[in-house]
Amino acid sequence: MTRTNLMAGTILASALATGAAAQTELSMWYHGAGNEVESEIINRIVGDFNESQDEWEVSLQSFPQGSYNDSVIAAALAGNLPDILDVDGPVMPNWAWSGYLQPLPIDESLIENFLPGTKGEWNGELYSIGLWDAAVAMVTRQSYLDQFDIRVPTLEEPWTLEEFDAALVKIKESGEFAYPLDLGMAWTGEWYPYAFSPFLQSFGGDIVDRETYSTAEGALNGDAAVEFGEWWQSLFERDLVPGTSQDPADRDNGFVEGKYAISWNGNWAALNILNEYGDDTLFLPAPDFGNGPVIGAASWQFGVSATSEHPEGAAAFIEFALQDEYLAAFSNGIGLIPPTESAAEMTENYKEGGPMAAFYELSESQAKLRPVTPGYVVAAKVFEKALADIANGADVQDTLDAAVDEIDADIERNQGYGH
Amino acid sequence: MSRSRLTQSNRTGWTMALPGFGLIAVFIILPFLFAFGLSFTNQRLISPNPTEWVGFDNYRQLMGVGVLTLEPERDDAGAVIRDEDGAIEYPRLRGFTRGNPDYAHLDGMREWTSWQWGEDRVVLLARDVVFMKAVVNTLTFVAVVAPVQAGLALVLALLINQRLRGINVFRTIYFMPVVVSIVVVSLLWRFIYDGNDGLLNNLLSAITFGAFEPVDWLGNPDTALPAIMAMSIWQAVGFHMVIWLAGLQTISPTLYEAAEIEGTSRWQTFRYVTWPGLRNTAVLILIVITMQAFALFAQIDVMTGGGPLDSTQTIVFQAVERGYGKQDISGGSTISVLLFLLVLTISLIQRYLTRERN
Repeated sequence: MTRTNLMAGTILASALATGAAAQTELSMWYHGAGNEVESEIINRIVGDFNESQDEWEVSLQSFPQGSYNDSVIAAALAGNLPDILDVDGPVMPNWAWSGYLQPLPIDESLIENFLPGTKGEWNGELYSIGLWDAAVAMVTRQSYLDQFDIRVPTLEEPWTLEEFDAALVKIKESGEFAYPLDLGMAWTGEWYPYAFSPFLQSFGGDIVDRETYSTAEGALNGDAAVEFGEWWQSLFERDLVPGTSQDPADRDNGFVEGKYAISWNGNWAALNILNEYGDDTLFLPAPDFGNGPVIGAASWQFGVSATSEHPEGAAAFIEFALQDEYLAAFSNGIGLIPPTESAAEMTENYKEGGPMAAFYELSESQAKLRPVTPGYVVAAKVFEKALADIANGADVQDTLDAAVDEIDADIERNQGYGH
Repeated sequence: MSRSRLTQSNRTGWTMALPGFGLIAVFIILPFLFAFGLSFTNQRLISPNPTEWVGFDNYRQLMGVGVLTLEPERDDAGAVIRDEDGAIEYPRLRGFTRGNPDYAHLDGMREWTSWQWGEDRVVLLARDVVFMKAVVNTLTFVAVVAPVQAGLALVLALLINQRLRGINVFRTIYFMPVVVSIVVVSLLWRFIYDGNDGLLNNLLSAITFGAFEPVDWLGNPDTALPAIMAMSIWQAVGFHMVIWLAGLQTISPTLYEAAEIEGTSRWQTFRYVTWPGLRNTAVLILIVITMQAFALFAQIDVMTGGGPLDSTQTIVFQAVERGYGKQDISGGSTISVLLFLLVLTISLIQRYLTRERN
């Protein structure tokens, strides 16, 4: 479908180019190929934009998410980047630093009310802006908590480490569930740093030292990090959570099948759960492990490539896409969190009192960006491996030390990544 | 055909070989030369920083090893301190390998393995433990897969090299896994090996009447690599079976007739007629399997991602992981060059051991 549209767009563009009112063509890449609803929305925005004015003509090309980043890197190396591209929030500094993106020349008053996680800023400049954010929550059922006499945590008063741990043990001892908690260990890749580094941050550690961004020493292997690591390992030793060999099908369906009592999961999985459990579903904030509750922020965002000859046209398109109507469409279509309150009010799930409104509040109050540095791409990989190794029983201090060494060596090889 | 004719007057031959040679040159030889050059630089996949020449740094980083002897912790009286289980307590390794100026040559190294030496503990350190484990895993994989796969393929080839009704059905069944994409096969075997309700666990539990404890085949460091070996042997055995079969069918039937007239047993027929006739096929199969086994990647990528605890890291997986995953093209190139040297060495040794002795 996308290809047909693209071809139609190209033919249309070339036909128009020969006409009197020539529109300048802007190419655009998007990561959402394969998702029909998502394609439909983005195609609608492109179509509306092309009709709304006669200066620019955007032609869209969609890629499957799995190969999107590779395609962009290959295109950049070959000098073939499109004008407009979308980028995963934590990866943005890497592309900006590498010279793939240019600062986004849009009217900043348009995004004043946007959730902080949707604004991709690096080196003091805005490079990308998201039409949505994502959030994770402890998903469970009111009836489970009632059954085990566990307090329902609130944003103001989340679970503490002791409370959370005791609750897991209590559920485990009942023997009613395969595991009390599902962390999603089957989702290898970006899920690990996105979902689990907030735990580390709540303990007081971090993936790298955010003061200088020049080392991970102390942040990833300090006392707080070791304390986190010991607790993390104990979750697996005590069989409170499924391990790294978890079946991906169990991750997707285990909670609705009643295998797990609590699931640490994102808003994108919420619709499925709501359909099953309805009003009984609870979306709870992350526990406070000592330094406040934290969840990860930032999802996919739009930016303008550095090689674009028409940044003003690209910016015009992005500004056009920032309308509440489209923000709400993405939210209704694929369950994402709308970035403004006015757009949230237009959605079924996130309007005041809507079933997923909890995610909007989580995103607003707990969300913290992953380290904003070009080195994040490598650090995230190292962090993922360290967490998997610790889960599988590796020595906590030694594993974290090794991770620090690897991250530091990488920062050094890149001359500090421009910080 | 003499050498002079091949090189001087066989223009048509060279013209016909050109497309093949050309493709190999452009897609294999040229990239390898690039990799060789890049392994001496700090080239990144993407970076605004200029590429710098770093000499043998990448090689040193990958292959650096060291040895450290740890003496037991002693109390004031000089007695060895032991923990509750009676095991001797040693100072932590990180006191030596992290910023200790007296042991600067060990800085940044990690424990690869260790063993007891009297009261002391000898620790073998490596600068890149993951790579070292990848090398050991790959060599283990080759050492097991090459003989077992070749042997099994020969047995299958002998079985299907008979004139029986419906033998083509068996040939097809044995060959089927070869034509299925390795990625698909790996995904299917992930389900078979599943720790909770995988096919293998259910099967073993059924035939032992429930006495078998389910094993998390891919989640346990002790079983992950053997599980991948078994699956890899099964997947490619059909391919080598066909090569053996081709070899078997080149043996002249008159030899078998002569052997029969002499009254040989079946084993003697195999030992003195079949096996000598398969000599060249055996050399080919051994070298092909060895090279394929060294390239182990897809199964790892799909099934374990190198885990648990690096028990299934392999050389090629590490090359890709570093080059693309961690954007370290120079590191990935260095691993590729080392792999090339390793495979070349082993192939040359195999060639030497299996040479024609006159």
